[in-house]
Parts: sequence; structure tokens; C-alpha cells
Amino acid sequence: MEAALALLVGVLVAVAVWLMLSRNLVRLLFGFAMLSNAVNLSIFVAGRLTRGAPPLVPGGAEGFAGAFANPLPQALVLTAIVIGFGLLAFALVLAWQAHVRLGTVRTDEMRIAEPPPAAEEAK
Amino acid sequence: MNGWLAALAPLIPLAAAAATLLAHNRPRLQTRLSLGFATALLVDSALLLAAVWQDGIVVVQASAWEAPFGITLAVDTLGAVMTLIAAITGLACLAYATAEISEQDRRAFFHPLSQVLLAGVCGAFVTGDLFNLYVWFEVLLIASFGLLVIGGSKAQTDGAVKYVALNLVATSLFLLATGLIYGLTGTLNMADLALAVPRVENVGVLNAAAMMLLAAFGMKAAVFPLFFWLPAAYHTPLVSVSAVFAGLLTKVGVYALIRVVTLIFTHDPAWTNTLLLWTAGLTMLTGVLGAAAQNEWRRILSFHIISQIGYMVMGLAIGTRLAIVGAVFYLVHHIVVKANLFLIAGVAQQLSGSMELKRSGGLYVAAPWLAILFFIPAFSLAGFPPLSGFWAKYIVIKAALDERGFWIAAAALVTGLLTIYSMTKIWGEAFWKPHPGGAVPATEAPRAMVAPIAALAACTVVIGLFAQPFLAVAERAAAELTEPARYIRAVLGARA
Repeated sequence: MEAALALLVGVLVAVAVWLMLSRNLVRLLFGFAMLSNAVNLSIFVAGRLTRGAPPLVPGGAEGFAGAFANPLPQALVLTAIVIGFGLLAFALVLAWQAHVRLGTVRTDEMRIAEPPPAAEEAK
Repeated sequence: MNGWLAALAPLIPLAAAAATLLAHNRPRLQTRLSLGFATALLVDSALLLAAVWQDGIVVVQASAWEAPFGITLAVDTLGAVMTLIAAITGLACLAYATAEISEQDRRAFFHPLSQVLLAGVCGAFVTGDLFNLYVWFEVLLIASFGLLVIGGSKAQTDGAVKYVALNLVATSLFLLATGLIYGLTGTLNMADLALAVPRVENVGVLNAAAMMLLAAFGMKAAVFPLFFWLPAAYHTPLVSVSAVFAGLLTKVGVYALIRVVTLIFTHDPAWTNTLLLWTAGLTMLTGVLGAAAQNEWRRILSFHIISQIGYMVMGLAIGTRLAIVGAVFYLVHHIVVKANLFLIAGVAQQLSGSMELKRSGGLYVAAPWLAILFFIPAFSLAGFPPLSGFWAKYIVIKAALDERGFWIAAAALVTGLLTIYSMTKIWGEAFWKPHPGGAVPATEAPRAMVAPIAALAACTVVIGLFAQPFLAVAERAAAELTEPARYIRAVLGARA
């Protein structure tokens, strides 16, 4: 199970890197969404996987008898999902603003904050 | 009691964010609340430093969950000093902002976002848990996104795109590394990690995770070759926003680097330190050369942030007690000076009408007081005695020479020389030459803008003239950093 998920993480990261290398801002953000999912999944796998064993102490017992799911990575992933969602929401609005204000979502056409030397001379 | 002081460092600005949000429709009340809470943070962090100085490392186990099972706050001298200096910078910039921001900027949540930013910065300085550090980084990051685009000009949108894109990558790397380290060691408490990391058998994965973490922090700290988000964005926002960014954000990255390199990844110092040393040298030189090519106040200053980060990383890379003293002293000196220079750039723009050096001038005649106020941080940045920058550079370079690091010392000296070039360029263009439009449009600036600049300049002079107490604090911080056993014992108690 771990191996399959590790492979999935690898594929997701590869796709994310490919998307993020694009000059198109929208593709970059799709890439980031994939990357953050890949990272979340890898944290989940790093906590080791167990099937059908919730981390609940049975009534009357003092502790766990056998293997149980590790709840910590799940808490970490939950936090990371919330943060990733917030960041992505902001980034999407920013991309939309770039489209409205700058008239482009292509990063190599965004030269307003750092104009090329020739444009600076003309100013 | 001491524990509350540590916990309040992030809690005060968080409460301030909530309070200023509630006062959104009452401008004067909101401003007063924001400044009041910032003052409270200043008092709290000063008391925290006093407590750490007297009683040693302050440790809080949240909800009394024993380390390493709960979230630990651990404040050593470095953390307390950084919190104090963050509070000073935050208060100065908020005071400056009262005269700068328009009603529209205020309605764009300037005060709540600034307070959330401060909460993130202070939280990062007091936490003793790697995942908690990640969360505080995100808190300050999302607040900085919001602050960066207040005003909504084209240049800001453009700069923000690059800032956001590269920081998202750094964030993902940080999180991935944290996950891998947890998978290898089963812990995220930094003190516990210091014990667990040497016992890891799978060294290959450990090194990969460590390098990811260094890359993530390196990007936050804006070291070569990961700094490109900084000069793309830092000259675009409001002046008070860019001053807070310039003072604090990259330094949180440096702080995290120092913490991780001195505490957790101590298993292969030769490799780490060589890597950091190269990074430091290239960061210094590319930063200062980048600045030499610029002709706008804040773009010059932005590149100088990068070159100055190089000095701090250089201190960390050399790694001796003296070098760490230098790095800590440099951090403190640099935050005060750099935030101040950005604020001065704002006043210069108010008076001469532009931040473009070509279109400004005549300030020396029109506003000699501003010339003096510029002179102090500018020459401190370049390292003139007896200002604070001289001691900072002197210690770092002496540490390099002691370890026979002649090349890095030479790089540091050349960088210092080129810094003078940039500062004299600003001096010659903005202050000395006559204004291209004839007379300087204005000669007076609001007192709320000048007061924080004067206060920060006074800090620079005091640190320079009475360096000994500040050195003593830096020495104490370095002693704790070079002997991580103390930190580990303070956090884990008998378990260590």
C-alpha cells in the first residue's frame, strides 16, 4: 500500500513540476494545487499506514492492544489542507487580478515591476 | 509567569488583529488599538528578554502535555532578542503608517493584516516545534500576501505574482521536508529531533529532507540563487509595508536556518557549512552588484537586503562561537537599519516627489534633518565606525580570519566597499544634486513619519556607541546555540 501511494506521490510531483514550469500563471497554480496534494499524501504515508484500525481505545481497556492508525499525520495533513486551500484561494484571486489589471496571465509579459532596461530608458 | 510572557508574544498581536477587525468602521479607534497592542507587545517582549536573561531558556508545554508529545514553546536568548526587535520594528512601522495610509488602504484591512504578520513573526521566534514553525510561517506569509497588494497598482500585482509563486514553492518544500523528517524520526519537537536525528539509519533520505529544509529556509531568507522574489516585489507596496517586510521577513528565514543548523542537523557540519559558506559569499556579491545596477531608492535597498543576508549566513557557516555572535549581532543591527532606510525612502518620496533617483534631488538643502537621518543608517549599513554595522561586520570578518577563511573575508570586505558605492549614489542623486524640477516640492514631513525614523536612528547610534551590553546578549545567544545540549535539557527535562 505504501509503495503504491509513494508512486502516486511521485507522479503527482512530476506533473506538478511540469505544470509549474509553464509560463502560464493558471497552469502554475494548477501545478501548486497538485504539489500541495502530493505533499499532503506523502505526510500521510510517512506516518505509516494501517487498515481498519482507528486510534480509539476500546472501552474498559487501558491502551491499544495491537497496531492502530497514527492520528498525528492526519492532524498535520488536515492543518496543511486548510493552509494550502487558503494560499490557493488567494493565488487564484491574484491570477484573476493579474488578468484584469495587467491584461495577461503569461509571466514573461509581466514586466511592470521590473521593466527591462530599454523601457526604463524611455521613461 | 515567564511562560505567559512567551505565550503572549504571538497572542497579543493575534488579539490585536481581532480587535482591529472589530473596530473596522471606527478609524481612530482602530489606529489607537493597533498602536496600543503593538506597544503591549513591545513591553511583553522586553520582559521576556529580561526573564530569559535572568532565568535561562523559557519553556512552555501547551496544555501541560509533556514534550515531545504536545506543542512546545521554547525561547532562548536568540528567540527573545528577535521577538523584541520585531516588536520595535512593528511599532515603528505602524506609527509611520498612521501618516502614510489612506482611508482606502485602511479599509483594505491594513491594521489587522499587519498584526497577523507580527503574530506570525513572533510565533516563529518562540516555537519549539517544527510543524508549529511551519504554521507560523504560513500565518506571516498569508498576511504578507494581503499587505503586499494593498493599493492595487499594476506594479504591485506584477510583483505579488512573483512573490506568491516562489513562496508557494518554498512552502511546499518546507512541508514536504517536515513530513519526511517526521516519517524518519517520529517526532517534530525540535529538541527531540536533535536527539533523534543522529540515530536515523536511513541517512540518504535524511540528507534529502535536510537539503529541502535548507532550500525552503534559504528561499525565505532570500539567499543566492533563491532570492528572485524579493527584488521583484519589495519596491512596490506601501512604504510602511515594505519596511516591515525588509526588516523582518527574510530574517525569520535566517532565524530558522540558524535554529535548524545549530540544533538539528549537526551530524555532518563540514558539508552543511561548506554549502552555506559558498551560498553566503555568492549572496553577498550578487546582492551588492544587483544594487549597483539599480536607480530607484527601494530597488537599491532591496538588493542590499540580499547582500546583508549573506553576512548573517556567513557567520552561521563559519560556525565558531565568535562567528555566531557576529551573526546574531548582525541580525539585530540589520533589522533596525534596513527598516529605517525604507522609511526614509518614503519620506524622501514625500518631499522630492519620486523614488526614482533621476527625478529626485535637492534634499540636502531642502531638508538637512533628513540628510542626517539618512546618513546614520546608510553608513551603519556600509559598516562605518562607530555605528552598529561596523561592529557587526568586524566580528563576522574577524571570525572568518580566525578560521583562515580568507576568501570569504575578502568577499565580505568587497561587499562592504560596494555598499558604500550604492549609498553614495543615493546621497549624490537624491540629496546632493539639484532637484530636476527646480525647487523641492515639499520640505516638511508629518511628525508621525519622522518620529519612528529618528527613534530607529537613535537605536542604531546607541548600539554602535554602547556595543558592550548588546555584545553580551549576542554572546549569551551564541553560547546557547553552540551548546545545543542546554536547549534540549530545558525542553525535555529528565528525558534528555
